[in-house]
Amino acid sequence: MGQSRLSRRAVLKTAALGSAAVITAPYVSGVHAAGSLTLGCWDHWVPGANKTLDKICKEWGEKNKVDVHIDYITSQGEKDKLTAAAEAQAGTGHDIMSHRDWNIQIHQRLLEPLDDVVGQLIKQYGPISPVAEYLAKIKGTWRGVPTAVGSQVKPCQSRFDLYKEHCGVDLVDMFPADESKYDKAKTDKWTWDLYLECAQKLHKAGYPVGLPMGQTSDAVDWVGALFKSFGVVMIDEKDNIKVNSNETRAALEYLKKLMAVNPPEVYAWDDAGNNRWIISGKGSGIMNPPSSWAVAKRDNIKVAENIWHHAMPSGPKGRFVGQLPQFYGLWSFSKNKSAGKDLLLHMSQKESMAQLVAASSGYDLPSFRSMYDFETWKTVEPPKGVVYSYPPRADEQTSMFGAPARSEVGAQMYNQAINTVMVSKFTQGNEKLDDVIKWAEKELEGALRA
Amino acid sequence: MADTVHTWVPSLQTAGARPSTRRGLGKFLRQRSTIAFLMCLPLIVIIFSLVIYPAFYSIYLSMLNKAQTRFVGLGNFSFLLSRDVFWMVVWQSAIFALSAVFFKAVIGLITAHLINNLPAKGQRKWRGMLLVPWVIPLALSSLGWWWLFDPTHSAFNWILKSLGFNEIAWLSDPYWARFSVILVNVWYGAPFFLIMYLAALKSVPEQLYEAAAIDGANAWQKFIHITLPMMRNIIAITVLFSLIVTFANFDIVQIMTAGGPRNMTHVFATYSFLLGIRSGDLPLGAATSLFMFPILAIAAIFILRGVRKRGRDIA
Repeated sequence: MGQSRLSRRAVLKTAALGSAAVITAPYVSGVHAAGSLTLGCWDHWVPGANKTLDKICKEWGEKNKVDVHIDYITSQGEKDKLTAAAEAQAGTGHDIMSHRDWNIQIHQRLLEPLDDVVGQLIKQYGPISPVAEYLAKIKGTWRGVPTAVGSQVKPCQSRFDLYKEHCGVDLVDMFPADESKYDKAKTDKWTWDLYLECAQKLHKAGYPVGLPMGQTSDAVDWVGALFKSFGVVMIDEKDNIKVNSNETRAALEYLKKLMAVNPPEVYAWDDAGNNRWIISGKGSGIMNPPSSWAVAKRDNIKVAENIWHHAMPSGPKGRFVGQLPQFYGLWSFSKNKSAGKDLLLHMSQKESMAQLVAASSGYDLPSFRSMYDFETWKTVEPPKGVVYSYPPRADEQTSMFGAPARSEVGAQMYNQAINTVMVSKFTQGNEKLDDVIKWAEKELEGALRA
Repeated sequence: MADTVHTWVPSLQTAGARPSTRRGLGKFLRQRSTIAFLMCLPLIVIIFSLVIYPAFYSIYLSMLNKAQTRFVGLGNFSFLLSRDVFWMVVWQSAIFALSAVFFKAVIGLITAHLINNLPAKGQRKWRGMLLVPWVIPLALSSLGWWWLFDPTHSAFNWILKSLGFNEIAWLSDPYWARFSVILVNVWYGAPFFLIMYLAALKSVPEQLYEAAAIDGANAWQKFIHITLPMMRNIIAITVLFSLIVTFANFDIVQIMTAGGPRNMTHVFATYSFLLGIRSGDLPLGAATSLFMFPILAIAAIFILRGVRKRGRDIA
């Protein structure tokens, strides 16, 4: 009996071609008029936004004769994560579930591969956010479909009137509400050095910037973006701990100066602390999605009228903004997977995304850059164009603290807020820089256990 | 209807054919122990399904790897023991529980004495008012306290400032944050001690105090030689119960500080939630929460042994 000889290289090549074929294979709808689908979706904080999702799903359900039912689950107290964990343990529950940040990675073994759906979307809309890919494409397989609902980036949200008055910096001129009018010479000046200079002047004027330094996502995301722009790598792709570097030292030394001109209470802020800071009128800038601006519009219109969203400052390694996408995952125990995939594809179409973005006043952010041309971001006011530069534009790239380490390792680093604890130890606890780095190395060894 | 009669009659006949079996079943059902067991059955089912089964399941869970696909024995426990943050959590949980229980016991004892010495008419009113913290749902009252300590708009700081004092970083300074969470726990738990101690004080025979008064004992001597020895068992049991509840506290720390700043207010329950739910490592979270078990078991053995010994002495 003859035996074919297959080299390791040939096996890898065949496997790679196979996966590529799966990804590029067009999605073929397999929905037949039958059955029902239940969705456990993130409960949107914007009034009315849930209704738009209801409408999109209802339209699809009526067209395909599938009974769609949506339960909205709040993320307050991590109830959505608790529900997902309970359904994963029980092996029963909704068919489709929305997953925030690292939850796709956490439940990867119980999530249906969605390469065909995401592959089709990439074919339609071009490159997808690298952060979405890092979080939902596990070992080469997409386990979640990125959605706009609840997805966000956390750029600068600044009081342009105070910046102009106390720092002489015109943020509206630097980041106008039209990308074609961006002047590279001007945007290049927006660096972390200029940010520090402004923060010091604003502190002196009695309007400090408010940058959270607790252990929740707002703090982890902006510090993660700053680390990335300084070139800090905590753990690389091959499990090497790299935190002991000149880049880390430079970033921490910089943060020592920056935190000195922040209010001292930032170390206790949760994700609402910075929102309250800007809404109160005491603060000159935070790093946040437009949720705080939307509340200011309702509660303190004078503040809202002077807010402008714009790109993060750039550092030695580029300009980065923290991104926190949400995904829909299809449980492997779902009884209607074919209908589930079809609904996910329908929900992810540009027309659906445009409706969702409009319903959230521009807060929801798709993971495809080709969708950043929606009218909503141009028209929302006051002032007109306030959220135009909320989606990353020009040279701004998205980042996720934890990358480029394996996502299992990244999840541990992110959820235990190793970066902000490092900064707090150095800036608030006044621990020595070397001791802080040693502490981080030991914590990262623990994270590698994942 | 005819069918009903048809089936009912033979069943009577069958029953009549075996009177001894029926008598035996009736006797069995009439036994006090059987009735007691049947009445306890709903509680047994609830305790089994909501306490015993989850407890054993969490032990099983704590011996699996993160993906819950492989048995790792005591791997999760040994990993935790090698982490600095975990030891910090152990230390903080001990500070939190011991200091909170101590202050709750002291405050409970003092207020119980004060109320006990009030005229009977006024006692009810004070008892009701002092029980309020214990009656309000803890999550709600913690939120109220969080507003009072709010990092930016603290009501306490507003008062301090208007009186000309410096503001205090209640929740942003790690040591003040520890103080704040302990304070809220004491506020919430002291009424439980108060009510237990008040009941114990009421059960001390008045003749003992009268005899002591005839012997010329002052108030302090009466307290040391009569009140305290008579209350010893109730103090021990109350302290044990409170120690268990305080060690396992979650709401106060999670709502007020979520374990920060710099992980310096984490207790077992919040750290377990961080690892198990937020980081998605359920086995490691289960292992963390199980570390409370031996600590509390040792405390329970010592305290209950003392209670039994005193019970025997009295008998």
